[in-house]
Amino acid sequence: MHGFANPARFLRIARPLTPWLAWGGVLLIAIGMVAGLFFTPPDYLQGETVRILYIHVPAAWLGMGGWTGIAIAGLAQLVWRHPLAGIAARAIAAPGALFTALCLATGSIWGRPAWGTWWEWDGRMTSMLVLLFLYFGYIALASADDERGGVSRVTAIFGLVGAINIPIINRSVVWWNTLHQKASITMSGSSIDGSLLWPLGFTTLGFSLLFGAIVLMRMRASLAQIRVEARLRRMAGE
Amino acid sequence: MKAKHQRLTLALVALAALIGATLLAMSALKDQAAYFYSPGDAKKANVAPGQAIRLGGMVEKGSIARDPDGVTIRFALTDGRASVPVRFKGIVPDLFKEDSGAVAEGRFDASGTFVADNILAKHDERYMPPQIAGDMHKTGRVE
Repeated sequence: MHGFANPARFLRIARPLTPWLAWGGVLLIAIGMVAGLFFTPPDYLQGETVRILYIHVPAAWLGMGGWTGIAIAGLAQLVWRHPLAGIAARAIAAPGALFTALCLATGSIWGRPAWGTWWEWDGRMTSMLVLLFLYFGYIALASADDERGGVSRVTAIFGLVGAINIPIINRSVVWWNTLHQKASITMSGSSIDGSLLWPLGFTTLGFSLLFGAIVLMRMRASLAQIRVEARLRRMAGE
Repeated sequence: MKAKHQRLTLALVALAALIGATLLAMSALKDQAAYFYSPGDAKKANVAPGQAIRLGGMVEKGSIARDPDGVTIRFALTDGRASVPVRFKGIVPDLFKEDSGAVAEGRFDASGTFVADNILAKHDERYMPPQIAGDMHKTGRVE
């Protein structure tokens, strides 16, 4: 991991990797979306509204995965003083918040016809909303930091502590009676029929690759900004 | 001990304490954070008539009946342990049907019937195309 501690080495890998992730992601999303919207059968109970699944699930996965990334970066920053950890965490925060909001929005749109309500304060929805607020708090804290692209130690600790919400979101439907259904895809298999399931693999992987590309782009932008500022400072000093 | 290891130990201890505290809090919240009472829970908790609660369970097979006025619907919610008769005046969501999950918001009346102001349908974690569902259990209501 410390091989990437050198920003120059990181950039040598990140630069060619970004377009592959971005275009690969777009391609997979396109395949999954076309299949999910036009070629898969409707659900026996929900009818056509089931198709929102192909965005809702990847959005939830990336909202939670994003914060997991922020927590890991926080640990790497606090324990190993990894120089890129703060930059990575800051790069993850905005897209993570975006996907969390997308998950809440698509869930709400699905909830109206399926459940008969836009919003209910059940365990799953409330804990996911808390995640969105955690993201807002993290972004606010990070932008108050004066850390040249990275985040302060307080922000890193906040990222680490906030990760406690991730297992709560995951377990909420098991611990409490909730309106939200339990997990369909578990270790023991999937209760989503194969004919409805396969585009979900495409969109989940596709959005994940796109997320990776966005994070790499934002990290590169941060590093470039640091270099610009360093150069300006040098020029001002001369 | 190197500083790096000291920090790692500190972080792990703090994390373990945090997880422990959260698990304790969550288990204490177990009942309060529940979104609805199941019929069995409601019986056990002795919910007073008139107290606003949510009651959730499966709509009992063959229990849905319509009153002559055409807008009042009666059915029973069950969790296998207990069954509660429910009365609701209004329009139910599309997914509301027999042998499927539902949540009723309302209160018990003096006779033990649950009078609902609102009905929400619960979807379970199974998703499948209509043909397969039709083969598995003839629900009769396939869209």
